[in-house]
Amino acid sequence: MRVDLALIASLIAPGSRVLDIGSGDGTLIEHLFRTRNCDARGMEIDMAEVTHAVQHGLPVMHGDADNDLAQYPDNAFDYVVLTRTLQAVERPREVLRQMLRIGTRALVSFPNFGHWEVRLQLLRSGRMPMTATWSRPWYETPNIHPCTILDFRELCAQDGYAVEQWLAIDEAGRKAPWRRSLWLANLFGEQAMFLMRRA
Amino acid sequence: MDVAPDWPAAQPLPVFEHQQARFAEGLLLDCGQRLDAFALAYRTYGTLNADRSNAILVCHALTGDQYVAETQPVTGKQGWWTALVGPGCTIDTNRFFVVCSNVLGGCMGSTGPRSARPNGEVWGTDFPPLTVRDMVRAQQMLMARLGVARLFAVIGGSMGGMQVLEWAATFPDRVFAAVPIATASYHSAQNIAFNEVSRQAIAADPDFLGGRYWAEGRVPARGLAVARMMAHITYLSEEALTQKFGRKRRREDSKAASFFGDMFEVESYLRHQGSSFVRRFDANSYLTVTRAMDWFDLSAEHDGDLAAAFAGTRTRFCLVSFTSDWLFPTAQSRSVARALNRAAANVSFVEIETDRGHDAFLLDEPDFRRTVAGFLAGCAEHAGIG
Repeated sequence: MRVDLALIASLIAPGSRVLDIGSGDGTLIEHLFRTRNCDARGMEIDMAEVTHAVQHGLPVMHGDADNDLAQYPDNAFDYVVLTRTLQAVERPREVLRQMLRIGTRALVSFPNFGHWEVRLQLLRSGRMPMTATWSRPWYETPNIHPCTILDFRELCAQDGYAVEQWLAIDEAGRKAPWRRSLWLANLFGEQAMFLMRRA
Repeated sequence: MDVAPDWPAAQPLPVFEHQQARFAEGLLLDCGQRLDAFALAYRTYGTLNADRSNAILVCHALTGDQYVAETQPVTGKQGWWTALVGPGCTIDTNRFFVVCSNVLGGCMGSTGPRSARPNGEVWGTDFPPLTVRDMVRAQQMLMARLGVARLFAVIGGSMGGMQVLEWAATFPDRVFAAVPIATASYHSAQNIAFNEVSRQAIAADPDFLGGRYWAEGRVPARGLAVARMMAHITYLSEEALTQKFGRKRRREDSKAASFFGDMFEVESYLRHQGSSFVRRFDANSYLTVTRAMDWFDLSAEHDGDLAAAFAGTRTRFCLVSFTSDWLFPTAQSRSVARALNRAAANVSFVEIETDRGHDAFLLDEPDFRRTVAGFLAGCAEHAGIG
């Protein structure tokens, strides 16, 4: 299992109701069901992945974060999970709002555009950065709304979400040692993970 | 000019002793009338386990019947869902107790317009109008008779899918898992329109005799065949027709070289579909059952809010649609899935890529098979069925 998924699973209380947006082949929901006894469901935009997951007995529905969250009732889940996808949705602020409407808590991970390599490349070459995390050229990247850790933190404050936990993680999804300072995390963290709830 | 082919000799349907359950207690129908006594013809496959937890009800489509996984005794053809149901198959009869009944209003042994009413006369067009819910209530009585209080799963495509949705809405605590396939929560205007053309074709047949053809020993074969031909087109797709027939012509013998003779393969295929249908289906039954489909609208009793029909449901759903199905397009399944989300139900929703149109659910589509198998396996694990 992907390291970041294991990390996410460790943040979710056993027996919870979980919606994983962008559930892919269903690894996380299967893990949550088998090891943490969660009622875990998935939503996935790629039909081949949906079919694959359902064929493995996992409850997954075809849909996407921008259009299909509005259907769920308030407080339908204990956790709503969105990994490495926020930067690719059309309306990230609305997606976050929906996540914290239908779920008590939201778990969001995203690549950090404030990482020092990104900053340095842009400064030195004057061209769009290409790193291990930001690996596709500007004309074909699905990442239309990149943000930094500080940006994200500010949006949470603006929209009144309480950050219960945050951590910087490296490209593989391992915890990175920048827990004390958000400013350092923003410089050295390749990705970030936030656990939020409505304040 | 040979405009119309020679339809089969117009004979009444063959009489056959189907396995039946009789219900002397009758059934109060949605229309307000009471059926004083009725019968459902049914077939079962596999064995009910000790705690009666492994029953799967299969619901058939408009012109289907109870012979899911064995030779159909009237036509001599293979059962209609042998692609999915059987020992070791997707719906494994070694593991599950599979039941299928001919719908109320049908003509394969269940009480319908072809049956005799209490005074001995045939119902014919006097048979009360039915709803999908009436069909489902009758099925529920059959399940109780068979000792099944709670179904592990209800599964079916097209009109069968309507019954699945109706089961989940009407008897939420009696359905652990529901698999509505290539279906919708209401019959669309386009589909009602197709049904109406079918019905008008039957009514226009001089042998229909205002629905009393049975009294004269006649059959409105031509009208029924045309109805079937038209409907059959809606079960396919343009790609499927093109692939199978294209513009291929039949080799014409000298006699048939007239303008209206058999020209294209697709014509002769449809005529065959029409004429074989007439040998197994009753015209009045066709009218009754198509009307029941037209009436179907699950949200009608909830001010148009489909989610309310499933409020609080604990049933696990798996909706399946097919890319080339234009009779029950994916958008209709998606709107059911969304309504179920609004009800916070446990929903899986898959669209299967295929060019075989609506009929794909009857055929061997590997992705479809695996989806149903995976969903049932997952549900069996949650239900604790070994």
